[in-house]
Amino acid sequence: MYQYDQYDQTLVNERVAQFRDQTRRFLAGELSEDQFRPLRLMNGLYIQTHAPMLRVAIPYGLLSSRQLRMLAHIARTYDKGYGHFTTRQNIQYNWPRLEEVPEILADLASVEMHAIQTSGNCIRNTTSDHLAGVCVDELEDPRPWCEIIRQWSTLHPEFAFLPRKFKIAVSGAAKDRAATQVHDIGLHLVKNEQGETGFEVLVGGGLGRTPIIGQTIRPFLEKKHLLSYLEAILRIYNLFGRRDNKYKARIKILLKETGVEQFTQLVEEEWSQIRNGLELDEREIERVKSFFTSPDYDPNAAADKSFQATLSGNPAFSAWVRVNTVENKSPGYRAAFVSLKAQGIAPGDMTDAQMDIVADLADRFSFGELRVTHTQNLLLADVKQADLYELWQRLDEANLATANIGKATDIICCPGLDFCSLANSSSIPVALEIATRLEDVDYLYDLGDIRINISGCMNGCGHHTVGHIGILGVDKKGEEWFQLTLGGSSSNDASLGERLGPSVPKAEVASVVDGILKTYVELREGQESFLDTVRRTGIAPFQEKVYANH
Amino acid sequence: MQIIKDGKIINDDTRHLADDEPPTGGRFTVSFARWQTERENLRQAEGTVGVRLKGGDELASIALDLPRLEPVVVEFPTLADGRAFSLARLLRERFGYAGEIRAHGDFIRDQVYFLARVGVNAFEPVEGTDLEKLLPALKDFSVNYQAAADNVELVYQKRGK
Repeated sequence: MYQYDQYDQTLVNERVAQFRDQTRRFLAGELSEDQFRPLRLMNGLYIQTHAPMLRVAIPYGLLSSRQLRMLAHIARTYDKGYGHFTTRQNIQYNWPRLEEVPEILADLASVEMHAIQTSGNCIRNTTSDHLAGVCVDELEDPRPWCEIIRQWSTLHPEFAFLPRKFKIAVSGAAKDRAATQVHDIGLHLVKNEQGETGFEVLVGGGLGRTPIIGQTIRPFLEKKHLLSYLEAILRIYNLFGRRDNKYKARIKILLKETGVEQFTQLVEEEWSQIRNGLELDEREIERVKSFFTSPDYDPNAAADKSFQATLSGNPAFSAWVRVNTVENKSPGYRAAFVSLKAQGIAPGDMTDAQMDIVADLADRFSFGELRVTHTQNLLLADVKQADLYELWQRLDEANLATANIGKATDIICCPGLDFCSLANSSSIPVALEIATRLEDVDYLYDLGDIRINISGCMNGCGHHTVGHIGILGVDKKGEEWFQLTLGGSSSNDASLGERLGPSVPKAEVASVVDGILKTYVELREGQESFLDTVRRTGIAPFQEKVYANH
Repeated sequence: MQIIKDGKIINDDTRHLADDEPPTGGRFTVSFARWQTERENLRQAEGTVGVRLKGGDELASIALDLPRLEPVVVEFPTLADGRAFSLARLLRERFGYAGEIRAHGDFIRDQVYFLARVGVNAFEPVEGTDLEKLLPALKDFSVNYQAAADNVELVYQKRGK
């Protein structure tokens, strides 16, 4: 993975010093709350229900074991012994004290991490495919490009006070695992007719109040022009994005109001004026790429016979391998998920002790690296098949081997009213109750791959609009009600879920979901997935079932 | 009055005229809208005239006037209005403006470094701001990843040596 040189380290250190001074000035009364707000936000610090919330960047989801140990140390020392992994591959701490945040940032800087631009109206952490570099359907590893974007966007002087937040995602594989179509900018590595690799550029996707699927504004962009093109898009957005209403300030609204043709023309005209001055330096591209070479794989890994033996002797292990591991392009290796969706645990939460254990497992079994997925799990990407059995045992002991990746209990969920001051309903208890009703694993596996996403409010941090089943908390005269949608997806076939009908009270959400799943079992044809079934039948049969009893 | 210009605290008597205030001689600025309608008269007026820009003002329509306008002021109606950053950079890079670009209004210390990078060389914050405390902000960072209007050596260029 990428390693800081003296320049990267200096910048992060100087940022810590700057924030230390900002915090001191705020606590001394030299900065008002209004003046401090954009500054703390640009360092990932929110004021929340119980305490400040600190969001730490995990660039494109990649972590070293040393960094994960530091995240554990921070959870233990400054928080209540746990952290929450988010849909944007970051981690959040819910209980730090404001006075201690400069210390936390200094600790992070010591392991080449930061919280720069994890909130605020600026360019946020660039996200990517958690299987980058190891998946079999990849055209090119997106991570070097993510790192190049990370550096370009870090403290960009022109784009630190945009109309609203700005999110970029990059995918290099045939299957979109990075939800690129629901980002402000989505980049796909593609080949053109001449066989050259470049980027397809999508703009204007996003979730929240006005969910929209992004549109392609350039089918092919030469790699050397990546930053100039991004800069042209950002400048048009900065100059023309709406600032009169924060609910209409995202680039998706500008694109919608301008029209995709006119918007594209504005970007292309701007780009034509700056492209020659901002070409990427070939040596710098090669330097960054040199950090993302394959690890030192054992060429004899596939010759191992123990794996088959352990598989056939142990149904629980075998289920875990089938559900929680996927193919790695290197023979004899697999990528293994660490499920953060155990029964009774808030989705994405992890204790300091679990982090330490997984850091050790990464050192022993996966070249000291791991990834955070946008579905709030972790991944050990390069595990030898011969090591899977022991890895599974160790994960199981730590309650991290629930074999449910991609299944109905692998729920994406925001922190909700329990932590977040924006939310109007508590999403976590709903997630836990749905999962409790799906304890029967035979039934769970029979349901196949289903994405259930829950957001505690319409800001949509739980990606409810692109859930196969989306669940949105709404406030009804001070009571928590939930609005359900069906048929959403954030993958290649991205679509927004369709509203099922009137919202239901919190106490009934789990039984309604139960009814939806039972209806699917009745309606499906052969091996048809939940999403395909909903797309074939429409939502009417589900509506009949759900609302018949109400 | 004092402002920061080219890294130093200096005395400054530039007057920012309201749209109904007659030109006063000396150094003064008018709004972009007023410049558009009174361009000819203002050119005849005694003293040096500059223009005040805010987000949404179309730079191209004053492109030919720029060599004779100083200062060009980029306004901050609120500290969150980041259009000033793009305007300043366009003035320097696209329109080749070499005179004083002044940030004026509700910006704060922590925006000074970014403003300097996009081409602002004069700072007139809201009244009561301690300029001595603003000055060190020009040196908040010693490394820069991305190109801007300040033409400093970038991180990738340092690495390439």
